[in-house]
Amino acid sequence: MDPAFIVIQSLSGLASASSLFIIASGLTIVFGVTRIVNFAHGSLYMLGAYLAVTIVPMLLEVDRSLPMFLLGVLLSALIVGVIGAVMEIVLLRRIYHVPELFQLLATFGVVLIVQDLVIKLWGAVEIPGPRAPSLRHGVFIFDQRFPAYELFLIGMGLVVLGLLWLLMQKTRFGVLIRAATQDREMVGALGVNQAWLFTGTLFLGAFLAGLGGALQIPRVAVNTQMDISIITEVFVVTVIGGMGSVPGAFVAALIIGQLQAFGILIFPKITLVLVFLLMAVVLVVKPWGLFGKPDAAAGRAILPEGILSLKRFGRVDTIIAGIAIAVLLALPIVGDNYMVKVGIEVLVLALAAFSLQFLIGVGGIVSFGHAAYFGLGAYAAGLLVTRGGMAMEPALLLAPLVAGGFAALFGFFIVRLSGIYLAMLTLAFAQIVYAVCFQWVAFTGGDNGVVGVWPSAWASSRQVYYYLVLAMTLAAIIALRHAIYAPFGYGLRAARDSAIRADAIGIDVGRIRWFAFTLSGAAAGLAGGLYSFSKGSIDPTMISIPMSVDFLVMVLVGGIQTVIGPVVGAAAFHSVKDFFMPLTDFWRLFLGLSIIMMVLVFPRGIAGATSALVDRKRSVTLPAGGV
Amino acid sequence: MVMNTTRRSVVGGLGAAGLLMPFSAGAQTPAAGAPIRIGEINSYSRMAAFALPYRNAIQMAQDEINAKGGAMGRPLEFVFRDDGSTPGDAVRVAEELVTRENVSFIAGTFLSNVGLAVSDFANQRKIMFMATEPLTDALTMAQGNRYTYRLRPSTFMQTKMLVDAVKARGIKRWGIVAPNYEYGQSAAANFKRLMAEATPGFEVVAEQFPALGRIDAGATVGALAQARPDGIFNVTFGADLTQFVREGNTRGLFERRTVVSLLTGEPEYLIPLGEETPEGWIITGYPWEQITDPAHVAFVSAYRAKFNDTPRLGSFLGYVFAYMCRDLIAKAGSLDTEVLLKTFDDMKFETISGPVTMRGIDKQATMGAWVGETTLKGKVGAMKNWRFVDGANYMFSEAEVRAVRKG
Repeated sequence: MDPAFIVIQSLSGLASASSLFIIASGLTIVFGVTRIVNFAHGSLYMLGAYLAVTIVPMLLEVDRSLPMFLLGVLLSALIVGVIGAVMEIVLLRRIYHVPELFQLLATFGVVLIVQDLVIKLWGAVEIPGPRAPSLRHGVFIFDQRFPAYELFLIGMGLVVLGLLWLLMQKTRFGVLIRAATQDREMVGALGVNQAWLFTGTLFLGAFLAGLGGALQIPRVAVNTQMDISIITEVFVVTVIGGMGSVPGAFVAALIIGQLQAFGILIFPKITLVLVFLLMAVVLVVKPWGLFGKPDAAAGRAILPEGILSLKRFGRVDTIIAGIAIAVLLALPIVGDNYMVKVGIEVLVLALAAFSLQFLIGVGGIVSFGHAAYFGLGAYAAGLLVTRGGMAMEPALLLAPLVAGGFAALFGFFIVRLSGIYLAMLTLAFAQIVYAVCFQWVAFTGGDNGVVGVWPSAWASSRQVYYYLVLAMTLAAIIALRHAIYAPFGYGLRAARDSAIRADAIGIDVGRIRWFAFTLSGAAAGLAGGLYSFSKGSIDPTMISIPMSVDFLVMVLVGGIQTVIGPVVGAAAFHSVKDFFMPLTDFWRLFLGLSIIMMVLVFPRGIAGATSALVDRKRSVTLPAGGV
Repeated sequence: MVMNTTRRSVVGGLGAAGLLMPFSAGAQTPAAGAPIRIGEINSYSRMAAFALPYRNAIQMAQDEINAKGGAMGRPLEFVFRDDGSTPGDAVRVAEELVTRENVSFIAGTFLSNVGLAVSDFANQRKIMFMATEPLTDALTMAQGNRYTYRLRPSTFMQTKMLVDAVKARGIKRWGIVAPNYEYGQSAAANFKRLMAEATPGFEVVAEQFPALGRIDAGATVGALAQARPDGIFNVTFGADLTQFVREGNTRGLFERRTVVSLLTGEPEYLIPLGEETPEGWIITGYPWEQITDPAHVAFVSAYRAKFNDTPRLGSFLGYVFAYMCRDLIAKAGSLDTEVLLKTFDDMKFETISGPVTMRGIDKQATMGAWVGETTLKGKVGAMKNWRFVDGANYMFSEAEVRAVRKG
């Protein structure tokens, strides 16, 4: 290869790396201190860009100069910093005590809200930002032109790294951030005002996100999809670097930048896969990322999230379950076609959510990419029917096997990790599956997917298919529930609550977690297979991040500490979405608000709140009895 | 073969009567009675840049049509639903429209995958589906079905128009940049196929397929420049395009090179380019401000007066679509699906862009596109040297359709 070209291409890579680092450093600092994976970091980045395309041109009207441009960028970043601080005070502060997963979902609610607000405020059309004065030109490097602004960006990355180093080493605020990253309870015990520390950290993190966004305006057209497209990449950078580590983020950003700059020469089509593949490899080899350290709190005894005690069905529960099944059986007789359709979807989603709850609530394995197994089941069924010429029945049997097979393969690596790194590895595998389905057009049909996945003739009537779905989902849910109540489930909970003790009493922790992951994947695959036949087609949205998030929301809505909650959650979530979508273009806003309200008001979900109510009634009546 | 005879007999039987004229509709009394409902499914929230001007124009046309007597003496009512930009949601709202809202047929969709899913749904439920925006060839070819019609010129048609416009230059060394999903890949494949037929010695020296919505523009431009092509075929659009153009401008990628670019002249994508609009790219688009046809001028001024905004391609499409619905229903005289299908096949329409035929064999309209060059007027991009290209000359050949279509 031409050496001049190599230099130019690696400079391009450096410029991208620099932008990525500025944004990722904010996310990693916020995570280090608050332990919250802030999904809304991408939204803050987007807000920075939108503010900058509004503010910078106004300032350039006054004086068309580089300092004015930079002033505008800085102002935008500061405003975003304030927004971040407000977000901490209004929302995050109230949810530090709730399980990690719910914090994550709450920030995802913020993502949805910001998306709709941005459309409302700035419109849906992308806005081209002004170029930076005095940096419009190209600089000649070996007879090739390279944008001056990108050289400037490379410099900015280094400046931010330097300033962050100074802040961390030389200021009290920085010392506190480092201390809290290592052990935040200890910092609290030593009398540091945590509220202000956290607010300050969020300000800093949001400021960096805003700065990263504002600096992009001479390069990109600001658009409403910037948030989602950046957040996955930033996740990759922070995870590879080690969460909480600023130097780690820097190194990881450099690697990703160069990988993309040169990767597209060799594999022009698989850049999406490449970064997630790298992340998966890093996590398998170094479970805490390149520069990350095991969480100091990880060894402490903390109350596990999830199902704490199993309740068997009492008489009331049995009656309720009986009524529910009777209603489900009667639905096709009383409801119209549309209701049957929604009924099928609710049943399928209930099974998927239940299988996820099996992992999270019982196994303590927070899967962030559960849609992968749902999607793999759907694709297996769909492709076997359309390309393999198979009938519906064997395809439906093979769907869970294929999904389970992949779950076994991915799970082999996943279950060795824990906490947020585990969640990120599940996300990485899900994104790899997504990218393959999305980009391998010849086999999977790409984003168009494959149509014509319809049931066999005998089940083609919607009513018959409904009963088929009802029978299969009920059977699968009952089987999974049985596994929870069987010794296997108890062993799994033991492994979740204390891996060391479980190991000591002879439970093979690794294997039991692996089995659980495989079983759950297979159940999700069955749900996916059933879904594909109800919809008549398969496509990559079934594997996408929003789908995984939907499943998590269903588990959350239902209640993470209950066995049957996810089923309730799936029904409630789907009905709410179905209710809002036809009413307004801004249904994401309502969905986001609903998620946040849910986290704030019912952190234990609907089923959890109901059983808490029942418990409280009991505890009120009991003392009267003289206990 | 059955289809072929049907097609001929319909053409023969209808003849001149097929020319329904939207602007000389007889009845001027407002329509009365129960409205005829048409379900419109689109990405109103996620693809709002396209979909909102589109909906605006449909509503404007709906008011005009109903003031002039509607169709079959009844007013038209478009029932709008968001498809959530996913096939799953789209099929569910389609079901809702058919079951609960009693729509006579369904229409719309933006993304190709959503369009295909809804088309398959229509096939299952035996209800007509008029796909307005999705461009994928599969919709009317390999995965076409007898219930699905498409209005806009497909990826193949638009690529062919561009190849026609550029082949005389005899450029042999080409670079291709396309978003890595079905639309981008099939546009690139069409381009390679058509250029190889048109230009002896045609070769592709560099291909870049950035992920949709996340182009790494610097690296992409570097990789293209390195291969030193004489021509570049671009399929990126939206935010990717802006980034690509900026990076290419600064690095001089487009200097002394011919660039051919799909859709870039549509206001949706041209407006954001602003003063970065490159000079002389050969493009398909919509030069709404320069079209002098009186019917079109009337549409533009009505639209601007009503919404205080300039029309986008989406507006044009929505307006044409609404009138086609009216003409179709008026001519069919019935809302029965079979009658609608039979009437629609090979029906001729007068639109504000001229006559359009709904070719029966693949249910693809002959709607054309504007082909021209980009230019910078002051600080905004515009089209120059454009001409309207009739889609009828750019369809897949009937033999090809027969070989690929199943029904």
